[in-house]
Amino acid sequence: MTVGAGSWSFTEDDHAVITRTLNEFLAESNARCALLVDRAGQLVTTVGEQPRFDATTFATLTAADFSANDQLAKLVGETEFSALVHRGEQESMYLADIVRRVILVVLFDTRTTEGLVRLRAKQTVEELARLFTELFDRSRQAQPAEGGTGLFAGLDDEIDRLFQ
Amino acid sequence: MSMINYASREINCKIVYYGPGLGGKTTNLEHVYAKVAPDARGKLISLATETERTLFFDFLPVDLGTIRGFKTRFHLYTVPGQVYYNASRKLILKGVDGIVFVADSQMDRMEANQESMQNLYDNMQEYGYDLTRMPFVIQFNKRDLPNAAPLDELQAALNPGWEVTEPARQRHTPDPTSPSETLVLQLTTGEWVERAPSVEAVAVTGDGVFDTLRTVSKLVLKSLS
Repeated sequence: MTVGAGSWSFTEDDHAVITRTLNEFLAESNARCALLVDRAGQLVTTVGEQPRFDATTFATLTAADFSANDQLAKLVGETEFSALVHRGEQESMYLADIVRRVILVVLFDTRTTEGLVRLRAKQTVEELARLFTELFDRSRQAQPAEGGTGLFAGLDDEIDRLFQ
Repeated sequence: MSMINYASREINCKIVYYGPGLGGKTTNLEHVYAKVAPDARGKLISLATETERTLFFDFLPVDLGTIRGFKTRFHLYTVPGQVYYNASRKLILKGVDGIVFVADSQMDRMEANQESMQNLYDNMQEYGYDLTRMPFVIQFNKRDLPNAAPLDELQAALNPGWEVTEPARQRHTPDPTSPSETLVLQLTTGEWVERAPSVEAVAVTGDGVFDTLRTVSKLVLKSLS
């Protein structure tokens, strides 16, 4: 058994590649905004039009939505529902799994079509899957067997002071 | 699973409040929401039934300060306590970095506490997480009620400890949060055990709520060291 869920990290360079990939996707699909959320419900990044809602809450609910649907898939005999669509009158959402660790969330309106978003998202998901596979491998290799990240090594006193 | 974002210099960690139904998990989050400055917290989200029982989870993001230039953001979740909601309870544990078990101190809730604790161990094991080696705090809530069980009975039932085999760690260690309690102790049988840190609380008045959050958050940050 592992100590806990462990941790993962991404650098500024990773962030730049992710942002570039998502910007290209938005330009090709004409969608409004793309968000990446990890499966634990944490917002990784937002690209495109800045959402007018609370993105942190949105990320949490997205991960919960995806997890609940995962379980529904198992109940009906599927291994997963790798993509979900929520259709509204004006605004819609397309959600796609990336290597079972991250979720791509696309917000789009009547300026484009669900078909185009799906089509363009397929290639983007493949590109991001390669990137995140490499990124998670790197995080795993950098992590000591007993957990920890080395980020706060020797900072116990500073951590104590934060909570005084 | 903590996420370290070097681009925005943020660390995101997930803390889950677990425990039996009506034990005070949501009340803990409501108190934190009421007392933390609005610029250091987000919205409190509750996915609850019409009778205000948590159906899926409650969620509250809070910023607890900056260390070495990294903003520390904690995502606090509660799980539904009712036994029949185990599927959603298990989903919330995915990627958890720290656990708070909110026990109901009332004598007639002892069985519900034990059932929920067993369920926590089972669900963690299914994810492959070792609860005995990760940030884990037990809050004994409702200490103000006349039918509250004595603390040593609650400790014996819910926090008996796990064996300490490394000789270097076999020494009496007081609990920094509750000086009257001991984290590492030797039983009359000679065996050394380690307990989870515990906090006494009355969540409806806020007593012990921040002590609990402080204790688990500190353990989570130290686990990143």
